Amino acid sequence: MSWIVEPGFFSNGPVHVALIVGAVSAVVSAVVGVVVVVRGQAFAGHALTDVATTGGSASFYYGVAPVIGFLAAGVLGAGAMDLIGVQRLRGRDLATGIVLSVATGLAALFLYLDATRSATTGATQQILFGSIFTLDSSTIPLVAAMSAVTLGVIAVIYRPLLMSSLSAELAAARGIALRAVGLAFMLALAIAVGLSSIAIGSILSTALLIGPAATALRVTRRLRGAFVVAVALGVGATWLGVLLAYNSYYWFPSSQGLPVSFFIVALVFLAYLVSGSSTLRRLLRPRREVRV
Amino acid sequence: MFSGFMVNAWLIGTIVAVVAGIVGFFVVLRGAAFPAHAIPNGAFAGAAGANLIGLNPLIGLGVFSLGAALGIGRLARRGRADAVTALALVMMLALGAAFLSQSTEYEPEIFSLLFGEILGVSRGQLVPVAVLALVCVVAIGVLYRRLLLTSIAPEVAAAVGLNPARIETMFLVVIACATTMTVPVVGALLIFTLMIGPPAAARSFTDRTALALWSSVAIALVTVWVALACSYQTNWPVGFFVSVVSAAFFVAGRVYAWWRHSRATTDRAPLVA
Repeated sequence: MSWIVEPGFFSNGPVHVALIVGAVSAVVSAVVGVVVVVRGQAFAGHALTDVATTGGSASFYYGVAPVIGFLAAGVLGAGAMDLIGVQRLRGRDLATGIVLSVATGLAALFLYLDATRSATTGATQQILFGSIFTLDSSTIPLVAAMSAVTLGVIAVIYRPLLMSSLSAELAAARGIALRAVGLAFMLALAIAVGLSSIAIGSILSTALLIGPAATALRVTRRLRGAFVVAVALGVGATWLGVLLAYNSYYWFPSSQGLPVSFFIVALVFLAYLVSGSSTLRRLLRPRREVRV
Repeated sequence: MFSGFMVNAWLIGTIVAVVAGIVGFFVVLRGAAFPAHAIPNGAFAGAAGANLIGLNPLIGLGVFSLGAALGIGRLARRGRADAVTALALVMMLALGAAFLSQSTEYEPEIFSLLFGEILGVSRGQLVPVAVLALVCVVAIGVLYRRLLLTSIAPEVAAAVGLNPARIETMFLVVIACATTMTVPVVGALLIFTLMIGPPAAARSFTDRTALALWSSVAIALVTVWVALACSYQTNWPVGFFVSVVSAAFFVAGRVYAWWRHSRATTDRAPLVA
């Protein structure tokens, strides 16, 4: 048994928090992620984690609760991207890039100011990489509540959102306000990403947003199925990753474990690669060849 | 301001600005902002890994950025390019986190890999940077027509028999080369800013391709010089000033484009009516 689960796994407080918060973040990220991947907004989804991180470093400097910094910066960033032109496909990457570069410039400034003022070591690493194991259990209710809000927004705009994602012309013809739907989704995305980057770190935030969704969309054609597969993959990878990270403390003689984000990302990445293999595709999607 | 260690900073800054202005022009033209962010940002993991096993960080950077360029280029043929880029980026960052967890390197090292320390450049670093810069510029010169054709007129490019996927991979390799050269001196975040802001501003100022390319280089140069001077005066990070100045150029370009557009439409209005 101890080969699979090292002693103390189930009675460890931080592990419990990591399992719960990780699962909540994985579910929200997977659901939002499917829409992100369908809309081709992976860059914006990733950039918002960096923008939120800037907010984190700013709140560190001003002594505000980091959650507020993460969320405020994310929402501001999403608004700015929308303003510059996140809607038009051609200018979209550019708008994201401009916002991202301003945000990282500000992050450089705040991290510098943080470092010169308080000389707190570990702030940079903590803000940039985060760790699911150092989470404060008091953040769970907030993470859960904001996740519910995000999922609620997605549920309310679900139909117009999907229609505008799959065919903008059709949606416009049906009288859907593309701009409003797009902005509402960007704000939901900003909240989801801001939350997950403070809860599980910015690397995992992007990994859980894009990885399970992209994998799911490769193995199933139906959108509803993709949501289910993405959620299952995200939660599965998170839990397995936490378990492996916990066990890894016993792998090396130095008892210097590997970070949990490494395991989760590796699992997510592996799943994506495997889903692309032609054998698996043939098994999952039997297709009759049309021969003429 | 122009003596001692600052001379190296001015020289390196100028080289980096020229390369970023040229490569960035095609980044903006091809909508390749995401790979231009992902390759430098992820390549820092390579430096961390090389540090861990006692190699020159430049080797780690080179291996990782080249691997990322080829990996993204290959996987993007059979998947969504943006999702593949995101996955490649997080995989590299996660490897970087794993390397850092095993090393005893302390924080300022990470900070300098991400944000650079152009003010601490030594004379010995000038040569490899200059060589890689030359490689990048020559590569863009060789690929120039093919890059333009595949990004502006894909149909024509297909008719001529160009393989867009191969051109894209070659372009990503050029970005990787620029990354390897710039990350140790200016940091991953700054090179991205320079490859996006100045070229985007340049394209708002003019529609002519060659002119836009040269103004992109000019704006990048002014941005770096102003940022270096401000950073010298205030002690604040160079990256902050680079992003502020290039964002200011971008906003100015947008305002100018809007003004030109609205003047053009009001001039033409009586003809239509």
